[in-house]
Amino acid sequence: MSLSKQHDLHERRFGRNVGVGVVLVGLIAIVFGLTVVKVTNGDFETPATTTVSE
Amino acid sequence: MTDTSINTTVRSAENDAQFSDFFALLKPRVMTLVVFTAFVGLLAAPTPVHPFIAFCAILFIAIGGGASGALNMWWDADIDAVMKRTQHRPIPAGKVTGEEAFAIGMALSVFSVVFLGLATNWVAAGLLAFTIFFYVVIYTMWLKRWTPQNIVIGGAAGAFPPMIGWAAATGGVSVESVLMFCLTFMWTPPHFWALALFMRKDYDNADVPMLTVTHGRRATRNHILVYTVLLAILAVAAGFTSIGGPVYIATSVVLNAMFLRGALQIWRRDEDMSEEDNFLAERKFFKLSLLYLFAHFGAILIEAGLDKFGVWA
Repeated sequence: MSLSKQHDLHERRFGRNVGVGVVLVGLIAIVFGLTVVKVTNGDFETPATTTVSE
Repeated sequence: MTDTSINTTVRSAENDAQFSDFFALLKPRVMTLVVFTAFVGLLAAPTPVHPFIAFCAILFIAIGGGASGALNMWWDADIDAVMKRTQHRPIPAGKVTGEEAFAIGMALSVFSVVFLGLATNWVAAGLLAFTIFFYVVIYTMWLKRWTPQNIVIGGAAGAFPPMIGWAAATGGVSVESVLMFCLTFMWTPPHFWALALFMRKDYDNADVPMLTVTHGRRATRNHILVYTVLLAILAVAAGFTSIGGPVYIATSVVLNAMFLRGALQIWRRDEDMSEEDNFLAERKFFKLSLLYLFAHFGAILIEAGLDKFGVWA
């Protein structure tokens, strides 16, 4: 039998689950922000390729 | 599986860990010092950093510091349980298990180092990795229970953040960043020995070889004075390098005069005098030591700001 919806455990761990959720959202925001900054700063630019002319 | 069987695998309601208990594993109060000094190191550096990268760098340094705090609590749970000052920490309080603290500490250590490397550079990441290693392995696992000089050498771990901040901006190490390291490094022993003088029973009970326990309280008072004199010379001298300036020198001279006066007071006193007023001079010295470090780094920050706006130019 699974835990009932009203189980005491859900209430007790509510704050903890919200905290983990906030941390995960924060992590997404940081990775996204870093990517945007790095790309706009040109940190990820590939070296210019030289074309061989005949 | 029934509800009853599930309940046997979880802690009782009063011992159920909240998010704040896991956060407490990261030693948030120590983290404020780490954040502040790393922030100063990053801003005092001559290389400008994108504000978002700077924010992330400070965050990852703070997480790395917190991770080492969690690993310290995992290893030192036995000591924490007998010391009055630490027995409310999450592990001795029964809120978090040692295994949980270890897992959080290890995961956050790897996360903070890798992300600092990706966000800034691998010199800063390497310094952060070394700091975590130094604090957890060299200080916590080895020196703390072995030598009365534990605080002196272990203090290096707390002194690295401004160097990491500087490296995050410049990608290297320089005289200025080493001076900021030395400032915190030399400040740590008198700060902790003053604490050990008025929290003496704690360290006695925990069997930690603090100087007060192994060499006596007279020797500790002598050591506080010697380190305070050396610190004063170093702190004022730093004012004549590129991180210093008139604001820093004025702040440093005033604070070092006060700090030296406090150390002299502690040195002149004996145990009977201290007992009489419940270690008033030692407590005052400890409080002043907190202001001392924040004011010195605050002055470096002001100097960096004035320099950037060309006030002294």
